[in-house]
Amino acid sequence: MHVPVLKQGDYLIASVQSVLSDADLLQLRDDLADRVGQFRSRGVIIDVTVLDVIDSFATRTLRAVAHMLKLRGAETVIVGIQPDVAFAMVQLGLTLEGVGTALDLEEGLAYLGPPAKRNVQHGK
Amino acid sequence: MESESRVPISSAADIVMARQKGRTLAIELGFSGSDLTLIATAISEVARNIVDHAKEGEVVLALANHGSKRGIAIIAQDEGPGIRDVTQAMQYGFSTRKGLGVGLPGAKWLMDEFYIYSKVGKGTTVTMKKWLR
Repeated sequence: MHVPVLKQGDYLIASVQSVLSDADLLQLRDDLADRVGQFRSRGVIIDVTVLDVIDSFATRTLRAVAHMLKLRGAETVIVGIQPDVAFAMVQLGLTLEGVGTALDLEEGLAYLGPPAKRNVQHGK
Repeated sequence: MESESRVPISSAADIVMARQKGRTLAIELGFSGSDLTLIATAISEVARNIVDHAKEGEVVLALANHGSKRGIAIIAQDEGPGIRDVTQAMQYGFSTRKGLGVGLPGAKWLMDEFYIYSKVGKGTTVTMKKWLR
């Protein structure tokens, strides 16, 4: 199922709505890479709260998305990884190294920081 | 109670189907909580292995019994090219393709029992089980 991407100020929020096939994940990757350029976004939040499985392919794709977006100038935060999913990922030896993570959408926004403050820091 | 189901695997979309059916059967058999996620994730890995290496095959989901133990058995079989060196394929981080090389060894860690049989030119069968505690 297609993942809707919302623009919120300097940020993009991709809210996963249902189980994702491999094709959906790759589509999301391409969408985000385009939108970051289109909206000149500084940060991207990917909300995976509804995912009941994050396997090796999903992990690798999420990692690739984050690294791609970094090259496009945007920070990525994955939010909402469920406790059981986190447990399975650890059992599989999967990590999201180099990728920001936060508990939920609220924490994800806090992780990216308020846009105004970021700009001030940027100007120092 | 449906105690066996077969899911044909021929594309990445079937991986999602296999893990959903696996989760449903696991619930029927009495699994709960994190076990359901571990089982679904293991199914995802072995089903993906079929798609990546053999193009098509099937995942059989069934009730497993051993003495007083009850659980779920997952058999992933294909008639693909087979694995030349199973020991190497089961090494964490080894991949002949673009993968992370964690699929098969990872699935083994998620389950209680894991067997792999492969013959070059004939195909591969992975049998794995998880017991109810």
